[in-house]
Amino acid sequence: MASNHDHAHDHAHDHAGGHDSHAAHDHHHTPGFFTRWFFSTNHKDIGTLYLIFAIMAGVVGGALSVVMRMELQEPGIQIFHGLASMVYGFEGDAAIDGGKQMYNVFTTAHALIMIFFMVMPALIGGFANWMIPIMIGAPDMAFPRMNNISFWLIVPAFILLILSMFAQGPAGGYGVGGGWTMYPPLATSGTPGPAVDLAILALHVAGASSILGAINFITTIMNMRAPGMTLHKMPLFAWSVLITAFLLLLSLPVLAGGITMLLTDRNFGTSFFAPENGGDPILFQHLFWFFGHPEVYILILPGFGIISHIISTFSKKPVFGYLGMAYAMVAIGAVGFIVWAHHMYTVGLSLNTQRYFLFATMVIAVPTGVKIFSWIATMWGGSISFRTPMIWAIGFIFLFTVGGVTGVQLANAGLDRAMHDTYYVVAHFHYVLSLGAVFAIFAAWYYWFPKMTGYMYNETLGNLHFFIMFIGVNMVFFPQHFLGLAGMPRRYIDYPDAFAGWNYVSSVGSYISAFGVLVFFVCVIEAFMKKRVAGDNPWGVGADTLEWQLSSPPPTHQWEQLPRIK
Amino acid sequence: MRNKAIAALASTACLLFAGAAFAAQPMPWQTDLQPAASGIMHEIRWFEEYTLWFIVPITLFVLALLIVVVMRFRAGANPVPSKTSHNTAIEIVWTLGPVIVLFLIAIPSFQLLSNELIIPKDTDLTIKATGNQWYWSYEYQGEKELAFDSLMLKEGDRSKFGKDDKATYPRLLAVDNELVVPVNKTVRVLVTGADVIHAFAMPAFGVKIDAVPGRMNETWFKADKEGLYYGQCSELCGKDHAYMPVAIRVVTEEQYKTWLTAAAGDIGAANKALMAAADGKKTVDVASSAK
Repeated sequence: MASNHDHAHDHAHDHAGGHDSHAAHDHHHTPGFFTRWFFSTNHKDIGTLYLIFAIMAGVVGGALSVVMRMELQEPGIQIFHGLASMVYGFEGDAAIDGGKQMYNVFTTAHALIMIFFMVMPALIGGFANWMIPIMIGAPDMAFPRMNNISFWLIVPAFILLILSMFAQGPAGGYGVGGGWTMYPPLATSGTPGPAVDLAILALHVAGASSILGAINFITTIMNMRAPGMTLHKMPLFAWSVLITAFLLLLSLPVLAGGITMLLTDRNFGTSFFAPENGGDPILFQHLFWFFGHPEVYILILPGFGIISHIISTFSKKPVFGYLGMAYAMVAIGAVGFIVWAHHMYTVGLSLNTQRYFLFATMVIAVPTGVKIFSWIATMWGGSISFRTPMIWAIGFIFLFTVGGVTGVQLANAGLDRAMHDTYYVVAHFHYVLSLGAVFAIFAAWYYWFPKMTGYMYNETLGNLHFFIMFIGVNMVFFPQHFLGLAGMPRRYIDYPDAFAGWNYVSSVGSYISAFGVLVFFVCVIEAFMKKRVAGDNPWGVGADTLEWQLSSPPPTHQWEQLPRIK
Repeated sequence: MRNKAIAALASTACLLFAGAAFAAQPMPWQTDLQPAASGIMHEIRWFEEYTLWFIVPITLFVLALLIVVVMRFRAGANPVPSKTSHNTAIEIVWTLGPVIVLFLIAIPSFQLLSNELIIPKDTDLTIKATGNQWYWSYEYQGEKELAFDSLMLKEGDRSKFGKDDKATYPRLLAVDNELVVPVNKTVRVLVTGADVIHAFAMPAFGVKIDAVPGRMNETWFKADKEGLYYGQCSELCGKDHAYMPVAIRVVTEEQYKTWLTAAAGDIGAANKALMAAADGKKTVDVASSAK
């Protein structure tokens, strides 16, 4: 805790009932700019840093995807040979080859950036850091200085990843082009240059950051809940973050182990994955997906929590089936650990292994269905106001359903034979992540923006942002179902001419989505310029979690007198 | 999702009426799986359509519920919210309902999976396919030994191989030497990788299996229509991942035998002779079905 702890009284006490006379002392102890933002131990400041970081990384990752869609707008190679000669100085045929490698580097970097440096920092480092202590009635995170380290590890991790794009990769090319999955031997003997080592190091550092964050959240939520707040009275966002933190804690070390083995295979002569010395490339895939599958739930679970609060707030009704909602997330998290090989149906698994993973995977549809129906039941009988966060949340429910049902199809190993590694899979996971997790992030942004900044955003711009994005992303990803069914494989810089039509539609959708992101920035800038005062609780009676009892923005240190939960 | 169902119906209808215009490669604006040329792919197509009968109505049901909620329970229409937060009966229904749906999907799914993975005992022919950066090598195993590489056809080499017809030999799909197999015979394929992981895929046969260095994977198909079929490498394998297609020519038993004997001597001449025979026959087919 900072030294000004004793004097930092504030607006919260109006509600907690006391010590108003000390409020004037507050700004005496406000830290300077450098101390506040670079040595920060305050969960709200660190949360803000995380959100700014996620937005910046999101712009980079999004730009990579738009360039890929520009390339795929028509058959042939249009963009990347020029890009390769511009960035790496290749000429002639070397530029074509360098461009092909560069395309793979873009798909790899897009995935890694969006997963590790956009969605996770936004949902866990950003919104959870900001809101979890407030929502459970705690003054800060359990380990404020560890919180600082978590953030300042993610920045160098991102720099390492960006550096990898400019380091030597395979012969005659730069960067890691092996996909975010980094399967050996392509990521070992197939890419001898140091680019892969840099990317592995980036993941190690980002992983350490996440593990520290997970320890912090588990400790905070287990030990620092306000008096009377039992686990079964805890807000669903806190539930979702607690489960996410456990998934991180249990899965990331397995990734760390896997990529360390990759590193020693590359540099120190081990042969974990090298078949010529008795290793097995498939071992890496098991290790990777034992992490990778829980990871996709890490990306979406916090979104589930956020959507529950938004639906409840704007329907002016308590969440329907609270316990079912909480334990559905527990079930999704638990089952998420025993389904990993459904990413590996074509590697040559035995019939019985595939039967098991088929069945286990289908089970996940049940708790997910419980959540979808409970959200709708929360709205049922409500008095719904369609503010911007609510529109995003309703969009989320529908699009997540579309992504969910294609997931049920893909769970069937027999059918996955036709769809594996095609654009059908790309469409599926973008419906649950790009249109699921990202919609949840935007919903959360509009929901908590007034609380975090004290300013109200412009509803018209927020609505415009939603509708442009909704049209744009559906145009990007719905046609990709068709491409996948027709057999277009993933991670292709060029495709047979027959796929041109839907690829063109998909690319146009990508430009519309990019325009939507610009509207988002206009909306943010407008809010900061106009400085409309939001008030403590702009959403009314439906907003009944603890953050709405504080001022907007909340005081530097909240809940010095702990709230009591009935 | 509804669009998809309609489009699926439309494309199926097109296929039924198009007769001889049998597509063995992706078509522009296609919205459905490629047409089946093996029993397994028929089953996969059936199963995909079967799952649509569940997932499209479920998605529409969720959409309908959202529309009802938005219309009936907007603040203007319903100023006083209810306080309901539990209903055990309905929670049991929406837990058990999906369980039943999943069982209905799982039963044919397990059958399909077994049919794909249990390789018939009486295989007629074994071929080994090896993925290389960035081409396929094929090896015929049997009394007549034959091995050759199959590389993507370069645009400049079209006339050299007699493959100027871009409809039959499309860009990025056509190869110099196709894999040739007899129709209605069970072909066992052994698949491995020489350098990195590749994946041997043939959509029209419902085949996809990774080519993993150090492992020998096994799959099979029984093509039931003559023709030229195309697939593409389906596991990221480096810069030319998009440029190592799989092409399989399915011919009659006699054509296959003639080709096999000739190919052991001169693969180029054998392929040209086979193309003359197979393409000549195709012209006749199209002509007869046009009547």
